[in-house]
Amino acid sequence: MTVPSTVALSVEDVRFHYGPKQALGGVSFTVEAGTFRALLGPNGAGKSTLFSLLTRLLVAPEGRISVAGHDLAKSPRAALARMGVVFQQPTLDLDLSVRQSLHYFAGLHGMAGKRAGVAIDAALDRLGMRERAGETVRALNGGHRRRMEIARALIHDPAVLLLDEPTVGLDAASRRAITAHVHDLAAGGMAVLWATHLVDEIKDGDRVVVLHRGLILADASAKEVAGEGSLADAFLRMTGEEDAA
Amino acid sequence: MSIYLIALKAIVTRESLRFFSQRWRFVAALVRPLVWLLVFAAGFRAALGLSIIPPYQTYITYEVYIVPGLCGMIQLFNGMQSSLSLVYDQEMGAMRLLLTSPLPRGWLLFCKLLAGVVVSIAQIWVFLALAWAMGIDMEPLGYLAVLPVLVLTGLMLGALGLLISSTIKQLENFAGVMNFVIFPMFFLSSALYPLWKMGESSPLLRDICAFNPFTHAVEAIRFALYLQWNGAAMAWTVGSFVVFLVLALWGYDPARALMRRKTR
Repeated sequence: MTVPSTVALSVEDVRFHYGPKQALGGVSFTVEAGTFRALLGPNGAGKSTLFSLLTRLLVAPEGRISVAGHDLAKSPRAALARMGVVFQQPTLDLDLSVRQSLHYFAGLHGMAGKRAGVAIDAALDRLGMRERAGETVRALNGGHRRRMEIARALIHDPAVLLLDEPTVGLDAASRRAITAHVHDLAAGGMAVLWATHLVDEIKDGDRVVVLHRGLILADASAKEVAGEGSLADAFLRMTGEEDAA
Repeated sequence: MSIYLIALKAIVTRESLRFFSQRWRFVAALVRPLVWLLVFAAGFRAALGLSIIPPYQTYITYEVYIVPGLCGMIQLFNGMQSSLSLVYDQEMGAMRLLLTSPLPRGWLLFCKLLAGVVVSIAQIWVFLALAWAMGIDMEPLGYLAVLPVLVLTGLMLGALGLLISSTIKQLENFAGVMNFVIFPMFFLSSALYPLWKMGESSPLLRDICAFNPFTHAVEAIRFALYLQWNGAAMAWTVGSFVVFLVLALWGYDPARALMRRKTR
């Protein structure tokens, strides 16, 4: 049992339907500070729906989501202020420079001037992107664009970092680098929720929630989920899917 | 500075940087009114006789008459384009990012509207400068006096775009909006011909034009360019803005596009 004060993200019995189609059927889990929590599920498992609910694009009619102790339904602004998000689809302005883009985001969180500048530099440093600050986003490769989006999500010092399949479309080296970076962030105290369908992005010590057809099939450490065999085998067995790497 | 103003500044700065970093977009936005001014107005100059009507104090050429209407047209296109992009997929990602800001959605949407207005005003000033270079000049101070009016008319048209995009599901593409919103609003207004001229051919059409909020936006701009105050046009514009904004904020649902995709 975890100590409640370290729970950065709590999802309790969240359900969602698209018309008659069930997308999530009673999902509950927590993400504690300093943990890398993988949300593992095949395509169509409900991961993106859950992310839409977590980021308040959709509102959950049932269940409760809280971020750093703030109920997302009752105090959405306080909850959003503690949340950093990296969406599956890129959300970058290609013609702006890295620094201009980050200033825009800082402004959306009420940060300006020197305070924003310091926070932006710190976030760029954490992702090893400081020397790229003056380049236009268009000039960056896919991996660096993603890193920039992660840096952006950290500017306002969130308690929890949400990433929705952040390595989609990246080459193997970039995938590995970004996965390692985010594991480092978790090791540094950040609560991380990382949605993926690729088991090689998960380390043995990570906590894993296996989501399939809107239901949680397992919620344990990667090692426990894997059992005697590999995590990939266990995942395939549970979901009957064949697209895990 | 409050976090509300910081966010406003950030959103306006982003829209301006995006617009001016794409030079072709700036040029393209100017081509439309310039074509009207150079081609359409030249053709109609001989056909249309204009009597002296306020705010003009003398006979004017047709080119002079349609400049305020073309300013309105720039804002009409801008308002529709930027609002539609809010809802449909082009800017879905950017919109999702915007909505992760811990500020009220109403404020964020208002900032977005205002940012679109700032960009449209930049286009209008360049258009007016080009018109001036062609010999179509306004009162010197009119170029400044028109500024607050343009903020208001731009907000009104942006709010209308937001309202349309959030309520009418069928208008999924810009061509539909062109046919069913922009063209009727533009042609059924005082942008191209004065209302009295319209009334000569059809009193009904004149009445429709007089009801069209775009007519009042154009008249407010026209009077301001000649340093005159048109209280009725301003009141219509303010009233329309409030109504459109309230309805748009009430109807705006960023989840709609997502839900539509998933329930198909």
